[in-house]
Amino acid sequence: MLIIEPKGGLKFFGWKECVEYRDLLYFMVLRDVTVLYKQTILGIAWALLSPLFSVVVFSVIFGGMLHVPSEGVPYAVFTAAGMLPWNYFAQSLTGATNSLIQGTNLFTKVYFPRVFIPLVPVFSKLVDFAISFLILAVLMLWYHIAPSWNAIFLPLLLAMMMLTSAGFGMFLSALAIQYRDIRHAMNFVIQALMYAAPVVWPVTKVPVAARLWYGFYPMAGVIEGFRAALLNTGPMPWDLIAAGFVTAAGSFLLGGLYFRRTERLFADVA
Amino acid sequence: MSGKIAISVEGLGKAYRIGMEEQRHETFVGACAAFLRSPFKNFREVRGLGNFDGAEDASDIIWALKDVSFEVKHGEAVGIIGRNGAGKSTLLKILSRITEPTRGRAEIHGRVASLLEVGTGFHPDLTGRENVYLNGTILGMKKSEVDAKFDQIVDFSGVEKFMDTPVKRYSSGMRVRLAFSVAAHLEPEILIVDEVLAVGDAEFQKKCLGKMENAASQGRTVLFVSHNMEAVLTLCGRGVILNDGGVSFIGDAPEAVHRYQHASLGPAENGQSHVIWAGPPSNGKYSVDKLEVLDLDGRPKRGLQTWDDVRFRIHYTAPEDLKAGSAILEIRDYRDTRLAVMDSGLALPLKAGSHFVDCVVPRLPLAAGDYFIGLGLALSNAQWLWRNANAGIIVVGGRDVFASGRPPVHSRMLFAVPHQWSASPTR
Repeated sequence: MLIIEPKGGLKFFGWKECVEYRDLLYFMVLRDVTVLYKQTILGIAWALLSPLFSVVVFSVIFGGMLHVPSEGVPYAVFTAAGMLPWNYFAQSLTGATNSLIQGTNLFTKVYFPRVFIPLVPVFSKLVDFAISFLILAVLMLWYHIAPSWNAIFLPLLLAMMMLTSAGFGMFLSALAIQYRDIRHAMNFVIQALMYAAPVVWPVTKVPVAARLWYGFYPMAGVIEGFRAALLNTGPMPWDLIAAGFVTAAGSFLLGGLYFRRTERLFADVA
Repeated sequence: MSGKIAISVEGLGKAYRIGMEEQRHETFVGACAAFLRSPFKNFREVRGLGNFDGAEDASDIIWALKDVSFEVKHGEAVGIIGRNGAGKSTLLKILSRITEPTRGRAEIHGRVASLLEVGTGFHPDLTGRENVYLNGTILGMKKSEVDAKFDQIVDFSGVEKFMDTPVKRYSSGMRVRLAFSVAAHLEPEILIVDEVLAVGDAEFQKKCLGKMENAASQGRTVLFVSHNMEAVLTLCGRGVILNDGGVSFIGDAPEAVHRYQHASLGPAENGQSHVIWAGPPSNGKYSVDKLEVLDLDGRPKRGLQTWDDVRFRIHYTAPEDLKAGSAILEIRDYRDTRLAVMDSGLALPLKAGSHFVDCVVPRLPLAAGDYFIGLGLALSNAQWLWRNANAGIIVVGGRDVFASGRPPVHSRMLFAVPHQWSASPTR
């Protein structure tokens, strides 16, 4: 039996319902992936070209001209290992934030778990992420760098990124459907966040006293973790990862609660 | 199964906040200050969109639905009828869980599918096949169910040759057929349908109706919202009339349709204005500014009834004299069938300036019902200078013109033609 009435209070989104509709999530992700490169000449190669471009630019400017230190590996590999997870994070977060506004014609016409809408980019951008790994693989071959055993922890880092962008994505998308300002602010917030993350510079630049606090920015642990695991730049930065996980899990929880609380209004304010 | 409740609705209400009145600022300083304050004002406004605490009678709140209660039994087909803005769509949106009620509650027993639109989620870049799966799962099917019904869906749609073509290359008819075909193969216990039938050509509409009739006859519960009284009569056993957000009648469908078409009109209770259309001032271009419904003496006419004498007064503006220009008045029914076109023609060419022309219709032969009015100014070679195909609605009330005890009503006939019967002379 289904009961429809005004709901109040705090609730997390319904897992049972999401499981019931899991096929829909699959097709929505599939749609997102297929549509992105339809009717392009280069197709999926674009997933390689845009990060490649950034890697080249950053290598020239920060590595070549400004001589930013790179933890003992060539700067190109160093920045690529940071660029790839960053690109995924930026794309999935932006995608999730704008998702509700773009999906208005879906949720004003039919019922399904609304939370799928911001979650779709979190999954669909994984495809680009996986493909862009080719760049890193080629660079590692070129410079003869082998990954360390710590690479088994990569799924953990990936989960951390996904949780973070899902959490903030749910929160920001729910906010953006009501306050369209979010959408405009996103452009430069993402840029600020990139320079705040150790994408073009090594985390050793952060004062030791501030290191743990810095760790609460999940991308710090993720990016440093990627470098340690794949480029063998040092031991896994577990302190950063632990702090980052607190933020990731917290944002997922709070984002989920906020989304659930506001989703009843989406159709009215969209 | 009969007797079991499928849908029960109790005291359902839904409030919307409409735009607040803009403040106007006389001075530059005032305007600047307002500009600086506007983020705060906007914040309050946007926040208020979903916040109704303690705002019972605030002037900027409208209750789209208030205290609606009814029950639908399993296997019943119920039609919901009402004028535009009566709350039909809001009710459907609440029952399909798209929006939440402000108060009250509804219980739905059984698996429900709602069709407020055909082809939700269709993406132009995806192929027909991909869209069938996407659309099917959005409507609540599992992948395995779509797999199982895929061939039937494709068959029914009649576009099997194009299943691997992106939908954007389809004609709009093909797209609608494919989309409806997916929807038609849902097998919910309860089906909630909004005027999906308003799309597509006549043949396709027939197909849709047939499919829904099937659903109803197979013992599914159907809740059907429509302007199409014929469809309501064919499909539904019971009818609910919504009026101004509340339920004004629940009962047998024929009775409901009958009441709806009449209730529209006893002369007094009809609040409809005699001004059917009033447009913004034209900037020296050709335009129709106003359409009034008057009686023969030129007084505002309310409560129009079958066989009334009517004077339609069209106020227009023309920048210059136009010998070949004329004013045109059209009457259409809910199916968009043009019932009458009245053209001022060469008899009354358009004159420069703002003027009016009258079109007198003696004994308006329309049966009771709602009719759509189209207005236009045109050149004699059928080129429009100005046109509004949906300028407004006239509501014709029933009158027992044939003294048969049954006033002519839209659901039985469109026209009440004055006539006389006579028998062969007896020897």
